[in-house]
Amino acid sequence: MSFETTIRAFAAALTAPSAPPPAMAHGRMGAPDARRFAVYRNNVTVGLIGSLEARYPVSRRIVGDDFFRAMARLYVSAHRPRSPLMVAYGDDFPNFIDARISEVQAGRNLDYLPDVARLENAWVEAYHAEDALVATIGEIVALSADQLPETRIGFHPAVRLLRLATPAASIWSSHQGDAVPSAPSDWIGEDALVTRPDCDVRVRVLPPLAYDFSLSLREGATLIEAALALNDPAFDLGTHLVGLIESGAIASILPGRTS
Amino acid sequence: MTVANHRSFKGLTGPSVGVGFKPEHFEAIVDTRPELGFFEVHAENYMGAGGAPLRRLDAIRERYPLSLHGVGLSIGSPGPLDRAHLQRLAAVAKRFEPALVSEHLAWSTHEGAFLNDLLPLPYTDETVARVSEHIDEVQTALGRTMLLENPSTYVVFAESTWAETDFLREIARRTGCGLLLDVSNVFVSAVNHGFNPNRYLADFPLSAVGEIHLAGCADETDDAGLPLLIDAHNSPVRGAVWSLYSTTIRRLGPTPTLIEWDNDVPAWPTLLSEARRAERAIVDGTAKTLERADVL
Repeated sequence: MSFETTIRAFAAALTAPSAPPPAMAHGRMGAPDARRFAVYRNNVTVGLIGSLEARYPVSRRIVGDDFFRAMARLYVSAHRPRSPLMVAYGDDFPNFIDARISEVQAGRNLDYLPDVARLENAWVEAYHAEDALVATIGEIVALSADQLPETRIGFHPAVRLLRLATPAASIWSSHQGDAVPSAPSDWIGEDALVTRPDCDVRVRVLPPLAYDFSLSLREGATLIEAALALNDPAFDLGTHLVGLIESGAIASILPGRTS
Repeated sequence: MTVANHRSFKGLTGPSVGVGFKPEHFEAIVDTRPELGFFEVHAENYMGAGGAPLRRLDAIRERYPLSLHGVGLSIGSPGPLDRAHLQRLAAVAKRFEPALVSEHLAWSTHEGAFLNDLLPLPYTDETVARVSEHIDEVQTALGRTMLLENPSTYVVFAESTWAETDFLREIARRTGCGLLLDVSNVFVSAVNHGFNPNRYLADFPLSAVGEIHLAGCADETDDAGLPLLIDAHNSPVRGAVWSLYSTTIRRLGPTPTLIEWDNDVPAWPTLLSEARRAERAIVDGTAKTLERADVL
C-alpha cells in the first residue's frame, strides 16, 4: 500500500466516529484494535474541545462544564481546523451557538450567550493582535483648530467594536475576577469597545453614539464627517475623542490640512 | 563506554536541564530567577501577531536560552509541507533565536485539514525518503539543523519494513539532522508494543541525539486487555523512565534534557523539582562514568 493510501485511510477512519479502525494499523495481536485507535480519535477531539474551553471561559461558566463540552463536541465534529495555526480556531463558535440557541436555552433565558461568546472571541483576537504604540492626549491638543475637522484616526490593530443586542458586556465583566456574577440592572443592548494598548485587554461599554462615531472613523472618515453623520447637535466630539485615546484605541492621529 | 555527543548546539552545553515555559509560571520565573539551562515552548503558541505571549517570551529569552518545539509541521505527511506554516516557524525562530529547534516524526495535516494530534506513519523505503525530503526542506528554510523527535505510538503498521531506530538513524544520516530522544515515548511505545525499552535505547543512534525529553504518562488498557500507556504529559516522570534516563545519560554523557509537563500543569516549585531531579541524574551519571574510568 502506498504512503498516501495508508494515511488517507487512517485520516478517513479518524474523522468518522463510527467507522472501524483502519485495517493496516495494528495493536499487539497483529490486528486492528478499536481501543488503541480510539486514543487518536479522542486526542483530536479532546484537544479541540480544550481550545474552545480556553477561548470561551465565561460562556462555559454560564452553561456549565458538561453542557459546554457537549456544545463544543458538536462544533468540533462539524468544524475542522484548516490550519495548524490554532490561535483563530473556534472564532465562529458564537455563530454556532446562535444558530442553535433554542436547543441551548432549554427553558433558561440565555439569549445573551452568543453575545457573551462574541465578546470573548473579540477579547482573544485583541490579545493576539499586533503591537502598536498608542497616541496620547498631547497629540490631539497639539492640533490647531484648522486641522481638527479634517483629521483622520488610525486605530490600534487590537481594537474591536461590538454592537450587542443584550447587556453581554456587563454580564462578561461581572464574571471577571472573584466576584459573584450578577445580572445587569438594565436589560438593554450594549456597545462594547475592546482595546489592548499594551499587554492587557480592556473591555468598556461605550456611551451612546460612540459606537457609530468610532466605526465611521475606523472606516476612514474625518472627525468632522464622523461627527456630522451622527446627526446629533449634542454630540461632544472632544469628550469622545479623549475617551478613545484613554482606552488605548488610537494608534495614530493624521492631521488634516490647514487651509 | 560513554558515547560522546559530537553535535554542539549553540547556546546549550551538555549538562543543561530545562522545562516547558508556561504563562502561568511567568511571574515566579521573573521573580525568583531560577538557575535553569533553558526553556522550551511550542512554536505554534507564538505565531500570533503580537501581545502578551510574544512579550513574555522576549522577557524569558533575555534571561535564558530557548528551545523551539514545533507540533504542527506534519513532517510525517505523504503530501508536501505547508509552506506557509514553515515560513511561520522560520519567522518565530528568527525572532527568538532559539538554541534548539525540533519537530515530530508524525503527521497532523491531511488534505488541508489539521487534525490536531501527532499521528503515526509506517516505516518503509518510501516514507524514509519522503520524511528526509521534508527535513531537508525544513533545514533549508530555517537555515539550521533541526532535531527530530521519536514518537509515542499506540499502533504499528503492517507494512513497515524498517525498525523505528533504524528509520531515525537513516533520516539523520541522509539529512544531517539531529534527534530528540524522548525517553518517555520509548517507554510508552515499549509497553504498547511489548518490546524491551533497553533494547530500543541500545539500538538508538545516540551520536545523533541533541536533546532528551522526559514526561509523565497515563495507564489504560486496550481491547485485548493489554496495558496501554498514554503519552499524556500530565504527571511527574515515573520511576521506570528515570531509570531509562539514567542509563541513557551514562552512555550519552550530559545532554540537554527537558521536563515536558504540558497538561494539568503543576505549580512552579513542582515543575522545578523535576528539573532538579534530572540534574542529579546527570551528575550521578557523570560520577559513575568517572568511577568506571578510574577502575579501568
